[in-house]
Amino acid sequence: MRQGGRVGLGLVLPLALAIGWEIAIDPGLVSGRLLPPPSRIGATLLDLAASGDLLMHVQATLIRVGLGFLWGAAVGILAGGLVATLPTLRWLLDPSLQALRAVPSLAWVPLFILWFGILETPKVLLIAVGVFFPVYVGVSGAIASVDRKLIEVGRIFRLSRFGLARRILLPAVLPATLVGLRTGLGLGFLFVVAAELMGASEGLGYLLVDGQQFGKPDQIVAAIFDFAAAGKLADLVLMTLTRPLTRWQDTERESL
Amino acid sequence: MVAATLQRHTDQARGASLHAEAVSHAFDIRGAPLPVLDQVSVTVAPGGFVALLGPSGCGKSTLLRLVAGLEPPDQGVITVGGQLVEGPDPSRLLVFQDPTLYPWRTVRGNVALGLEAQGVGRADRAARIDRALGLVGLSAFADAYPHQLSGGMAQRAALARALVNEPRLLLLDEPLGKLDALTRLAMQAEILRLWQEKRFTAVLVTHDVEEALILAERVIVLSDRPAAIRAELPVEAPYPRHRDDPDLVRLRRTILEILGQVT
Ligand SMILES: Nc1ncnc2c1ncn2[C@@H]1O[C@H](COP(=O)(O)OP(=O)(O)OP(=O)(O)O)[C@@H](O)[C@H]1O
Ligand SMILES: [Mg+2]
Repeated sequence: MRQGGRVGLGLVLPLALAIGWEIAIDPGLVSGRLLPPPSRIGATLLDLAASGDLLMHVQATLIRVGLGFLWGAAVGILAGGLVATLPTLRWLLDPSLQALRAVPSLAWVPLFILWFGILETPKVLLIAVGVFFPVYVGVSGAIASVDRKLIEVGRIFRLSRFGLARRILLPAVLPATLVGLRTGLGLGFLFVVAAELMGASEGLGYLLVDGQQFGKPDQIVAAIFDFAAAGKLADLVLMTLTRPLTRWQDTERESL
Repeated sequence: MVAATLQRHTDQARGASLHAEAVSHAFDIRGAPLPVLDQVSVTVAPGGFVALLGPSGCGKSTLLRLVAGLEPPDQGVITVGGQLVEGPDPSRLLVFQDPTLYPWRTVRGNVALGLEAQGVGRADRAARIDRALGLVGLSAFADAYPHQLSGGMAQRAALARALVNEPRLLLLDEPLGKLDALTRLAMQAEILRLWQEKRFTAVLVTHDVEEALILAERVIVLSDRPAAIRAELPVEAPYPRHRDDPDLVRLRRTILEILGQVT
């Protein structure tokens, strides 16, 4: 099917649900108190946007995810690369990292609050931890599984160590690294909610808590909607930026 | 014909001599040594063409890897062009059993790798790559990615990647193993033409007795693992050769008998 047709098909279900809900509430068939109709949610969104609050909250959340993502991805790529290329380091570090990976990351929250208070540091750190593991696993696994013969062809042509890394290792591990980054970004959004639920005065997570405490379901749904939009948008940006790097791949990526 | 062959052999400008002296090699499989090569000695004159035949798993690829300098032999000495082999070098190139192209590079990019590594300038590079792709009949697919090639085209791309570097010794590890019968015949003619034109020294590993007899000046038959030399047979028929040439048919029977005793 054409691109436009596919996008259109994906919109059918949410649109039908929204319109159905709106129609059911209008004549009083169901109460809209706990789940407000799309029109009210839209109005709330518009209000938030008009007052400038929406921008502030979205910005706060995106900055946290962005910082956490950058830290987690950078450390993950570095650690993955080192562990995969230096056996001693692998034996030293990998078991501990794998053990830490098994800890549900939310379990860190109390500890991080104790250590770093409730300001930005623990939030960014929590997100970074969430991003780190998929990136680390992706990069180290990808390097370890590079076809030995691809390296040997490079050695026959007498590529320097740097040349081997740049011309062979890097492109070979790029796809798995990008998958790791993408997973990491998704987890970043998962964790920013947790981070903002643990106490924040701005951010989309704050809108959730605030909406719950003051009984504003429209604000909660509006925040959820924004989370979805921001997450999808960030994923789209990542995919668009990295697409040229893996154009050569013979995969189904385009349809994802 | 004979004069031409002699002429080719005395012209040492391109091909490098190969000399492997009593090479033995063993791999370590979970602590237990697995002997793979047993006192193998092979000599190929500059510009010569030798085929290696032997049962699967006997150590043919290993021998080529040692000559290519990818691993040092446990025992024995290997020299190419009078120089001790101490590591890989672009003057003696190994074409692997499978094409091992870089999936993220186009055909042109794959062929370019060796020239890039040697710092050949861009313009010179492009001209040489075009020539190499022309030689293997892949000019139309210069910008295709490996996954867009057929198996035989991928093998030809791998061949071009080696030829573009004008190696003095070309090590071919079953380069036609996965091709259908027709493509295989065409590629055999191609390899023969390239060898006669470029005058490199060639060592070809193959499972196909006929292929060895059509191409090589000498056929070396290896025993089962650990590989030792069972027989060395000169093939004197002039090129181009025909499968039904009585001399070749006789040689073929002899070789199959030797192989039959072995397996
Ligand atoms: N890196 C390695 N580590 C351990 N054993 C190896 C290694 N490479 C090859 N071998 C063993 O050495 C033996 C010879 O392998 P080789 O690849 O040289 O065989 P071959 O003659 O090329 O076989 P084929 O015709 O099937 O390609 C095999 O038994 C194989 O298991
Ligand atoms: Mg082999």
